[in-house]
Amino acid sequence: MLAALVGVWELVTRLAAVPEWLLPSPTVIVVEFVQSLPQLAPHTARTLLEAAIGYVAALLLAFLVAALIDQSGLARRALSPLLVTSQTIPIFALAPLLAIWFGFGITPKILIVALACFFPIAVSLAGGLRNADPDMQALVRSMGGSRRQVFSKVKLPSAIPSLLSGMKIAASYSVIAAVIGEWVGASQGLGLYMLRASSSFQTARVFAVIAIIAVLSVALFLAVDVVGRWIAPWIYVRTEEAQT
Amino acid sequence: MSVGPPVLRLSGVSKAYPANGGHSVQALRNVSLEVGRREFVSLVGPSGCGKSTLLGLIAGLEEPTDGAIEIETEADGTPGQVAYMPQRDLLLPWRSLLDNATLGAEVGGGDRAAARTRAQSLLPSFGLDGFADALPHTLSGGMRQRAALLRTVLLDRDILLLDEPFGALDALTRAALQEWLLEIWERLEAAVLFVTHDVEEALWLSDRVYVMTRRPGSIQLDLPVGLPRPRTRAVRGTPAFAAHKQRLLDALLADTA
Repeated sequence: MLAALVGVWELVTRLAAVPEWLLPSPTVIVVEFVQSLPQLAPHTARTLLEAAIGYVAALLLAFLVAALIDQSGLARRALSPLLVTSQTIPIFALAPLLAIWFGFGITPKILIVALACFFPIAVSLAGGLRNADPDMQALVRSMGGSRRQVFSKVKLPSAIPSLLSGMKIAASYSVIAAVIGEWVGASQGLGLYMLRASSSFQTARVFAVIAIIAVLSVALFLAVDVVGRWIAPWIYVRTEEAQT
Repeated sequence: MSVGPPVLRLSGVSKAYPANGGHSVQALRNVSLEVGRREFVSLVGPSGCGKSTLLGLIAGLEEPTDGAIEIETEADGTPGQVAYMPQRDLLLPWRSLLDNATLGAEVGGGDRAAARTRAQSLLPSFGLDGFADALPHTLSGGMRQRAALLRTVLLDRDILLLDEPFGALDALTRAALQEWLLEIWERLEAAVLFVTHDVEEALWLSDRVYVMTRRPGSIQLDLPVGLPRPRTRAVRGTPAFAAHKQRLLDALLADTA
């Protein structure tokens, strides 16, 4: 399907002689991609670094907030609505604001990534903790388990499947969030590179960057999936268990 | 079989749950029963009569609305505790069989290494030899129940509360596990309070059978079984067994009618 689409694209651009600045053919994009690879590498590294730091920061913060929501009724009542409504704010629209507050260094990019990744992780983790099997919790309590033990022995492991799906979504957001942060102003990064290419109508180069962003996003998504299967092999048999 | 004072005594225990509209739903009414040291006691009753609620109360998961639950204090003077095996096996899916079995020692802050050694040594008699590292989803239903019972036994309490441990199993596995449970119990120094709705199962296993009424559950019959031990399959064919079974069924069915 994808191959057919690319084929049609190639044919149309060639037969109709579409100007290269408007829509370059896939072959032109590939050539551009290979040629600019040495230049692209440091920009890609920079964007990945921002994405990684922001992602880890989001993960840590999400853990804190989700655990707080789970353990304290007050925190739940105070934070839950905030968490839900804040999801309606377009995080990416905050990029210019963050640039004003934190300048054009790496900080505002990390913040954008962290904000974009925080909500899916926090919401999925909080949900996972809430949905932990009450009977399993009761079992640990019947053994004399404390609240903290119920949390660490039952709730947290139970929440891993849900946490992982949130982490996968966040991983796929992280790269594009860093790129958008760079659009507002940066000295290095894929966003900057893309902006420069587009303002000089090097459309093939813009496409090459889009391709990199797409590949990185998918790769990070898959990486979380692989790590998940490795640390939590039991969750992939849930369906079978649900039948019994 | 009961010798000396009971290890567990319930006097006038009631439980009501608040329901919508300010009313409350009475789950248990005035339940009194006793379990003697090393006694095997069954609790039979129709579905929804509050059997599981009663075990939850004894396990300390909920407080009774009324009445008292007395559990014999331990030798060291600390309040006695029971080992509770819920209806579902509730093996934690992310833990190996051995880690599941030793959960109690871990939660109680006991010696984990010793608990593991002991669990290992019990695996063969629980028919789980060679499965110490297996994750629960790789085990059969019967094995899961035996693993859950191992976890319960390893809590080392004087009273085991077993809530329909064989309810979800097929008839053959069930019969095999009943015989096996008797074997295990005869070696344990523990009393058992066994919840079931299977009259034959209750009779064959128990020293005493309590029959509960429909909701709100209360005790309508206290039947000492008095069949000789160790029990063999042949006991099920004796006239005494048949007579007991008839009495239990009459009590249960009279209540249903």
